[in-house]
Amino acid sequence: MARRSFLQWPVLRQFRSGDVLGRGPAVTSPHTRALEPRTATADRVVQSICPYCAVGCGQKVYVSGEKVVQIEGDADSPISRGRLCPKGSASEQLVNAPGRQYQVRYRPPHGTQWQSLDRDTAIDMIADRFLETRRRTWQDTDESGSPLRRTWGVASLGGATLDNEENYLIKKLFTAAGAVQIENQARI
Amino acid sequence: MANADCIVLQGGNMAECHPVGFQWVSEAKARGAVVIHVDPRFTRTSAVADKHIPIRAGSDVVLLGAVINHVISNDLWFREYVLAYTNAATLVNPDFRDTEDLHGLFSGFDPETGHYDTSTWAYADPEGGGIDRPGGPDEHGAEQSDRAAGEAHGSGGPSLEHAKVERDETLTDPRTVFQILKKHYARYTPEMVEQLCGISAEDFGYLADAVTRNSGRDRTTCFGYATGWTQHTFGAQFIRTAAILQLLLGNVGRPGGGIMALRGHASIQGSTDIPTLFNLLPGYLPMPSAGRHDTFTDYVNSVGSKKQKGYWADADAYAVSLLKAWWGDKATAENDWCFDYLPRLNGPAGTYQTTVSMLADEVEGYFVLGQNPAVGSANGRQARMAMSHLKWLVVRDLNLIESATWWQDGPEIESGELRTEDIGTEVFFLPAATHVEKAGSFTQTQRLLQWRHKAIDPPGQCQSDLDFFFELGQRIRAKLADSDDPRDRPLLDLTWDYPLDDDGNPDPESVLAEINGRHLTGDKAGQPLSAYTEMRADGSTEGGCWIYTGVYADGINQAARRVPGGGPSPSQSEWGWAWPADRRILYNRASADPDGKPWSKRKSYIWWDAEAGKWVGDDVPDFPVDRAPHSMPDPDLGGPAALTGDDPFIMQADGKGWLYAPSGLVDGPLPTHYEPQESPVANSLYPQQQSPARVMFPREDNLDAPSAGDFGVDVYPYVFTTYRLTEHHTAGGMSRWLPYLSELQPQMFCEVSPQLAAERGLVNDGWATIISPRAAIEAKVLVSERMTPLSINGRTVHQIGLPYHWGVGGTDAIVSGDAANDLMGVTLDPNTQIQESKAGSCDIQPGRRPRGEALLELVREYQQRARVTVETDNIRITDPAREIIDPPPASDPPPPPGADGDEPWGSRW
Amino acid sequence: MGQLSGPTDPAADAHWDINKPRKGFFTDTSICIGCKACEVACKEWNRNPRDGDLELTGMSYDNTVALGASTWRHVAFVEQGHDAIERARESGAALVSLGMPAVRGGGSSETVTAATDTAPPDTPEFRWLMASDVCKHCTHAGCLDVCPTGALFRTEFSTVVVQADVCNGCGTCVAGCPFGVIERRSDGTVEPKTKRGNQNEQQPAAIGANRGGTSAKSAKTQVPNAGIAQKCTLCYDRMVDGQTPACAKTCPTTSIKYGDRADMVAQAKERVAQLHAQGMTEARLYGANDNDGVGGTGSVFLLLDEPEVYGLPPDPRVPTADLPQMFKRAGLAAAGMVAAAALSFVKSSLRGRR
Repeated sequence: MARRSFLQWPVLRQFRSGDVLGRGPAVTSPHTRALEPRTATADRVVQSICPYCAVGCGQKVYVSGEKVVQIEGDADSPISRGRLCPKGSASEQLVNAPGRQYQVRYRPPHGTQWQSLDRDTAIDMIADRFLETRRRTWQDTDESGSPLRRTWGVASLGGATLDNEENYLIKKLFTAAGAVQIENQARI
Repeated sequence: MANADCIVLQGGNMAECHPVGFQWVSEAKARGAVVIHVDPRFTRTSAVADKHIPIRAGSDVVLLGAVINHVISNDLWFREYVLAYTNAATLVNPDFRDTEDLHGLFSGFDPETGHYDTSTWAYADPEGGGIDRPGGPDEHGAEQSDRAAGEAHGSGGPSLEHAKVERDETLTDPRTVFQILKKHYARYTPEMVEQLCGISAEDFGYLADAVTRNSGRDRTTCFGYATGWTQHTFGAQFIRTAAILQLLLGNVGRPGGGIMALRGHASIQGSTDIPTLFNLLPGYLPMPSAGRHDTFTDYVNSVGSKKQKGYWADADAYAVSLLKAWWGDKATAENDWCFDYLPRLNGPAGTYQTTVSMLADEVEGYFVLGQNPAVGSANGRQARMAMSHLKWLVVRDLNLIESATWWQDGPEIESGELRTEDIGTEVFFLPAATHVEKAGSFTQTQRLLQWRHKAIDPPGQCQSDLDFFFELGQRIRAKLADSDDPRDRPLLDLTWDYPLDDDGNPDPESVLAEINGRHLTGDKAGQPLSAYTEMRADGSTEGGCWIYTGVYADGINQAARRVPGGGPSPSQSEWGWAWPADRRILYNRASADPDGKPWSKRKSYIWWDAEAGKWVGDDVPDFPVDRAPHSMPDPDLGGPAALTGDDPFIMQADGKGWLYAPSGLVDGPLPTHYEPQESPVANSLYPQQQSPARVMFPREDNLDAPSAGDFGVDVYPYVFTTYRLTEHHTAGGMSRWLPYLSELQPQMFCEVSPQLAAERGLVNDGWATIISPRAAIEAKVLVSERMTPLSINGRTVHQIGLPYHWGVGGTDAIVSGDAANDLMGVTLDPNTQIQESKAGSCDIQPGRRPRGEALLELVREYQQRARVTVETDNIRITDPAREIIDPPPASDPPPPPGADGDEPWGSRW
Repeated sequence: MGQLSGPTDPAADAHWDINKPRKGFFTDTSICIGCKACEVACKEWNRNPRDGDLELTGMSYDNTVALGASTWRHVAFVEQGHDAIERARESGAALVSLGMPAVRGGGSSETVTAATDTAPPDTPEFRWLMASDVCKHCTHAGCLDVCPTGALFRTEFSTVVVQADVCNGCGTCVAGCPFGVIERRSDGTVEPKTKRGNQNEQQPAAIGANRGGTSAKSAKTQVPNAGIAQKCTLCYDRMVDGQTPACAKTCPTTSIKYGDRADMVAQAKERVAQLHAQGMTEARLYGANDNDGVGGTGSVFLLLDEPEVYGLPPDPRVPTADLPQMFKRAGLAAAGMVAAAALSFVKSSLRGRR
């Protein structure tokens, strides 16, 4: 810390400012005098939408050092006018949650503990499982000979925080693969 | 909503579940609007409403049916609107029989299959008989139900073969919709409301007066609902009842009117529009059904007939454009645009059918994407046991939720039913990206698409679902590259070539552009489509979801528009993009009178500008823009060209609002009250107890509590209902891992009235065990006057409230607890395949639940005492001879063990 | 020297030469929906630790219970039956008949459209009151007046703020607050009492902490500012940039309003008049009376019952209100403290030069 200048001595400041009881400007610390909100010092502000309910409140995401440091309401949004509910207000904590997972985990059949696995291998294994199951459970026609062209062996249940673009690719890929049991929170 | 004069919130808890949306209700209220909350519980919504009306869970159709009766019998309906814009005057097939005549059933029910043949419900055809659905004989109700056809109407009504209907403008013919409606609801009286809903005549009068006084030329009433309406065995009919009332009062297509679905997830609307649902393709095109849609022609004809009115007549253009988007140059007229690449349905394939298929070892692999079925699905034990049958499971989430760890620490491990070492399921947990770590669009509850810009890269190995599925698709395609098996052609021919960023991930805007669609030929080749009306059935256009066409018009991401406040227009149209065609209020032609003038100055929105020869106003007109108010085109034209100047409901096959649904619903053309699957209350309206067409799962792991009239009804004497709290989100995956939210609602609790607490010896802040035929769970007790015992048919019915956010297991959750959904049984609405989770039967006892085997023993002991079998509640047709409207003598059954005995639970009341 | 009681301009009293209008909150509890967004937004902005033992309190939907070192907004939930409502209506009406606040006829209620709907409501059978409490930022702030270190200060916006870097945790202020708002943050803090709480000892991660890390176990972070007195700053660090405090910005229904205190009081008075005109005579103001024991508060409230019902003191009185009489006795001690403080600075300054 820089050497405290004589004039910054609180007692002197008290008398200089007239704040002799030391309740105002005389007692502000350098830290206090330098206060700036992290929303003002953020590297960038990105406009987003709240991921919780379907009201679709606007959010402003403040990023510093490639980390999300604050998420609050976007006053420009005609839907929400800058306001957020407790869940929306906690969005920063959703991103930086203490229990959030950052690594792939794998549990082999009958295993009692998680193992680690790199993502590349995991996706490759999933692709293999997908194709194996599809081969095993393929249904070409029904009993009357009408085409079915599908697998009954692969199912999916998506949450409704998936983007439209994500849902689109999921539906497109699964349909092309013949998987029909594609479901979503929307029915629950 | 802010423009409404009266807001009825029913089947939802808006202030708690949509607090920020509720600001518009607050604003309307501050301007003088009346806000009424109808709900089993006094919630935070009730606290700021003008009036709370407590209702028994599942009896909403009785209440709204009685309001309809009140409106019709007191001549309070909006005559001009109803005559011009609804099907009130349309004649119905003479063979139609109402519930009045058939003990609570409509004509056409087949007790063998449990499905209706809906052909007698059709409009009368001037040439005799009824107007079929297109594509030959009417689709049997069974098939419609199997593919959850009700949900296929998310963007408009079902199809008709043609729209040449017979009308009686005097509304006096007994075959008119109006007369049928009047007769159907005549028995829905205030007395019936008092008996079945537990609502006094005074409270009923308050509601009926408020909505009728605040409807008409100068005033509008709005309804808001949520899962309190949808999660019933006839949930779609709850909403239909409100729709009928709103049409009678002229509150559809007008500012401050309508029925708002208050949906619970960021893009749950988007997930139905671009469905990850078994029965739909994007834009509410149905998945093809084996036998019925074997050829492309069969398929498009059944989706929309060229002879019907409105925009669904162009279904072929939408379908061809979708197939072109998916299979590109490989999709040609010669191969029916690769229609044969689509897999076919031959029965329902919803979540709960999948659960049963897992238990039968038919489903081997399961992707769980930001969803927590171990906690969030009804009959949680069944859902978890089903997962233990899988060969492999992929869970993509932010945290180690219960659905990822049930093999380690789920309730069945604790009870000893499962042992970790015995479970053969291979589990992959893949960390997901949060909403700020990926760009993309959400569609909110009013059909508004809003783009999220990406703030930062996903940390660690976290990955968006877009990137994951793109990569999975690439690997699958690579592994099949050498295949000559025809079944692999759809994967290999799939358009899967999105522009990539430096990390090899697809550009989400390019996916949005594909969804929007583009011209493929001509001088505009390569340019984005600007409206779905540009789509063609000749292969010259492609587009992944026709109702979203326009979102990328001019090559600009319209969903990313962010003019502060939405710009100067009252419709705030410069913020995001609303489907279809950026319209903010649907069917807004109805906001003007038949002459095209606003109904009143106060409620003006869209009107006919005679000089300019077009519709103008505050929104994009939801109507052919140059169709004059009194134009009467030849109905044979079909499609949009056949819409008359007063056909505001342009997605309906006849251009009219449907008071009566001649097709599209599988459990009746008019909403009719039935009791929930399990209910201690008898249906006093009809001999038929439950909805006859409900989807049942009579299984040992899905037993139901005896209903009124059955032995053992007194073993599970109380009604329970589930719901959310403001402080948590659904099954907790996005809230129970957050310290700031967890501390606000740290423990699972149940809400009971002081009277019930006294009856069962429950103590505030103590523990209670709640027992249903599926499970027993424990919860802390909140005793509150917010829970009101209701007087039903002269007896007291206690309701227990259970939030469903907690679960057992999971890693690093800040708070955990028993899951309310474990108590729920699985019985579904046949229209939507949605489960009934808003009303069930249970018992409650003080103290914590037993652990281990003793817990299973407790559940079994109750089942035995009630003599519950798979037959219980699973008989389709109630024997009419059993109908007893009046309460029986109080001596019937002995009091249940453990009960204090002063509440004689009659067998039929 | 500033005044110690009665109406005054606190910032001027504290010798700020920048002329800023006094800022404050108006919390209108009649439109609060009890969502607790204010509690969360406050903790998010101020990075306050999670509180409590993660057990249900049984007190309606209030699991926060009170304001404290880590909880600077607290939403109270009160369930009341018919008789209590009746009493509240009578006591509120009595306040008006005493001349405070004045009920003006008409006013903004002209815009109310349905005449029949504004008829005084019958006394309901039941109601659920919700109210978001916060530091009052008193005109005469007990905490500030007794703080021996200058950690508490009066800002140029007339609010009262603790400087964590100055506070030595002596705790004098805790006793000085007539509302029980300010508290020292315990160091092991929030050491959860329950087994489950102990298993999950998470505190909000330091911003962006643990990214790419391996497990939540490493995310246990130090409680910031342990041992230091803490309370609402009215988001001083946002105000200096012209931003709205986090709670007021997020409030979905505008139950929490923020602005110049004079406007807040005027709005509050108008709202009470409007409610009384609608028959809701239970409405009354709290903190808007500049002649009360703390000279009025920066945070004013519209309540629907007696303050005690919400856990608020009915007649708060700053301990220093009686200071002039005590001053002589205290003078000697104060002089000693000033001397000691000055001496310590001389010493530390000498050390700094070495």
